[in-house]
Amino acid sequence: MSKELLVSFDEKNTWLFGVIAVAGYATYLVLLFTQLGDRPLAEADYVWPMVGTILGAIVVGILGGIVLGILNPKDARKSDVRDRQVYRFGEQVGNSIVVIGGIAALVLCFFEVPHFWIANLLYLAFVLSGILSVLARLGAYHRGLGEW
Amino acid sequence: MVKPTRVTNRIRALRFAAGEMTQADLADRIGVTRQTVIAIEQGRYSPSLEMAFQIARVFGVGLDEVFEYQEDEK
Repeated sequence: MSKELLVSFDEKNTWLFGVIAVAGYATYLVLLFTQLGDRPLAEADYVWPMVGTILGAIVVGILGGIVLGILNPKDARKSDVRDRQVYRFGEQVGNSIVVIGGIAALVLCFFEVPHFWIANLLYLAFVLSGILSVLARLGAYHRGLGEW
Repeated sequence: MVKPTRVTNRIRALRFAAGEMTQADLADRIGVTRQTVIAIEQGRYSPSLEMAFQIARVFGVGLDEVFEYQEDEK
């Protein structure tokens, strides 16, 4: 049996999601800093780079999912109760970062901090939530969903 | 931190006793992926009670002939 077969379809999707989350945010940072020039960071044109990388990540995610589906035979695309439990566990872990990001953004609003920082804090929270969720899921796949 | 499960099993031995049934065959018969059978055999995943009964039924044995719950080491 090849090692390739030991990775379930859902785990491959998890890897894909993680790679896209990291690559998407890295692309955003490159776009943000390359057009900055001599301006302070808070005056950067962040909206379109952010919207572009979010939409880009969604499109790449859909295309990547289609490619994974084509590369894997129908039998290998099955998922089961364990995959669903691993997914739910990852979502629970990732959601904690979204909540922390939301509260932090609220505090920044109270202090009337520029929109740049609030938007970037929320975007970073979404990205970190996604990455943490992926790490939790991969950990659950490889080390188990034992008692906590 | 994830605690290792105290549930151990004899699935691997039972598969070999059942005409060297493959993990894929067992997975098909209980409706899960082969990766889940591997995880159960290696003690990385505790199946639900219902799945445990399904596994025992495949081998035609009782639940306690497939699974064992280790006592606390004190």
